[in-house]
Amino acid sequence: MPEARSAAPPAASRAGPAGSPLARSVLSVLAIAALLLAPFLVDALLGRAWVRVLDLVMLYTMLALGLNIVVGFAGLLDLGYIAFFAVGAYLYALCASPHFGLHLPFWLLLPAAALVAGLFGMLLGAPTLKLRGDYLAIVTLGFGEIIRIFLNNLNAPVNLTNGPQGITLIRPIEVAGVSMAKMHSIGPVSFPSLYNYYYLFLVLTLLVIFVSARLQHSRVGRAWVAIREDELAASASGVNTRNLKLLAFAMGASFGGIAGSLYASFQGFVSPESFGLMESIMVLCMVVLGGMGNIRGVVLGAALLVTLPEALRYIGPLQRSLFGQVHVEPSDLRLLLFGVALVLVMRWRPAGLWPSAVRRREFVAARAAAGDMPGGPGISTDGKPSP
Amino acid sequence: MLAVRSLQLGYGAIVAVRGIDLDVGAGELVAVIGANGAGKTTSLRGIAGALPARTGSIVFDGEDITGLPVHQRVARGMSLVPEGRGIFARLTVAENLDMGAYLRRDAAGVRADLERSYALFPRLGERRRQLAGTLSGGEQQMLAIARALMGRPRLLLLDEPSMGLAPLVTRLIFDTIRSIAAERVSILLIEQNARAALELASRAYVLEGGRVTLAGPSADLLSSEAVRKAYLGE
Repeated sequence: MPEARSAAPPAASRAGPAGSPLARSVLSVLAIAALLLAPFLVDALLGRAWVRVLDLVMLYTMLALGLNIVVGFAGLLDLGYIAFFAVGAYLYALCASPHFGLHLPFWLLLPAAALVAGLFGMLLGAPTLKLRGDYLAIVTLGFGEIIRIFLNNLNAPVNLTNGPQGITLIRPIEVAGVSMAKMHSIGPVSFPSLYNYYYLFLVLTLLVIFVSARLQHSRVGRAWVAIREDELAASASGVNTRNLKLLAFAMGASFGGIAGSLYASFQGFVSPESFGLMESIMVLCMVVLGGMGNIRGVVLGAALLVTLPEALRYIGPLQRSLFGQVHVEPSDLRLLLFGVALVLVMRWRPAGLWPSAVRRREFVAARAAAGDMPGGPGISTDGKPSP
Repeated sequence: MLAVRSLQLGYGAIVAVRGIDLDVGAGELVAVIGANGAGKTTSLRGIAGALPARTGSIVFDGEDITGLPVHQRVARGMSLVPEGRGIFARLTVAENLDMGAYLRRDAAGVRADLERSYALFPRLGERRRQLAGTLSGGEQQMLAIARALMGRPRLLLLDEPSMGLAPLVTRLIFDTIRSIAAERVSILLIEQNARAALELASRAYVLEGGRVTLAGPSADLLSSEAVRKAYLGE
């Protein structure tokens, strides 16, 4: 009986867009089959390079879901998020490469990356507790740059990070003695490195999605939304805003750290230039474009923003075959089309491609009220001096 | 129940409340009146814990809570209805009320209290699936009060519940406050509408320039020459 209330929301959402149970189970079997066969299908249809893109989609999905906790759930705008990706990546790189001659195992480094990145998240969160909105954005932006500049310069007096040259020869992940970097075969089916990484990333991505979903519907998730809406009202409802904001930073950062450590072993190489402001903005775009606060939307956003630039590479050969030469470099086109896509989404789907229920309501309400609504949550309670 | 002693509060270099003494007894409805900028809202923020005390003490139920953050005061039975209502605009009415019971673990009791709030405020019941931001000002104020009550407070802190509301709606809100007080919930009411507040409260404090200049039973204040001139427009 006392459990009934907390169990109600998931049950309701399950019953929501249902259809018949049979149709649903057929659909989920198909979805699982598609996920399991994806590398084979993609390889056969589009080529090996696209399997790599598939791996990167998983990696960025984990990263974007981490940022979604901070920005989407708790409403804390973080422009330096890539720093946690960098922390995870360098932790793995330093502990599993010839640079220090360390070769710690993957199962130790993955939780360590989550933990250390989480601590860095709190390190960023603690001094920014009283900041909101644009002020918070500026501080987080600075934090992201500080981490990158440290990585760039910590090669002297003691060579910690190897500076701008980055760290090479990072050990590939080994799970139970099976190296991800080698080709393996089970019977007649062979699994190249990119396939191995795909399955590893798939498992971890599903785990991250599961944790995100559980968090969203938990007591913690409700408290985050309350903080996003109105911080004073949240604390007046008994929410420990300080701890919950720190928790949001730490959880988001730990997802980023996990993604970072996977990235380091996947690439075999890390350098500071992979962790610039542009990367932070890219991840933020995945969250915003897909639908802030909605896990499915964020997955969609990550998938789109990773695959689109790759698809644009075909523009080069296409121009050559049409005009005999390349007029516009595909890499130049990338940012242009990216900007156009953002403008289009903001114009026609301002809440994101696949927004959460709350975000959708927010934009519908704003349009209906047409300036009638107050400027933002908590505008009258935002520490305004009223002696 | 609540005993505030020489409480001083401020923002940066500004001292807004210059040492006030204030008491609320169990089941008592006490009002604080005063002009704009007298320090009313600041005092309430200090009592609720949203603003740290410069000096002085706040004792609640015999326990010194001066240094406690807002949420720990809520856990001890003190609930704030912030100025300008502070509802969660993009959540539904039901979700807002649910947040009010954030600290409670008794699901059955929460459900019963939810029904009670809908009985107390039938308008909220009709609009339980509606977004709180789309409610009228009066309905938002009702929601803010109902949400605070969901935490089963023993002391309710109300900051200008009549602000920006039509006279008819104000009367409705004040009737509700009276019925809450009748259920033995202590109430500290900050109000600019001095007459309505004095008619409602048993005792009142007059705040001027961050100091308590007058205090006593409401009936005495209502008949006091100074109050009549300054706050009742007579």
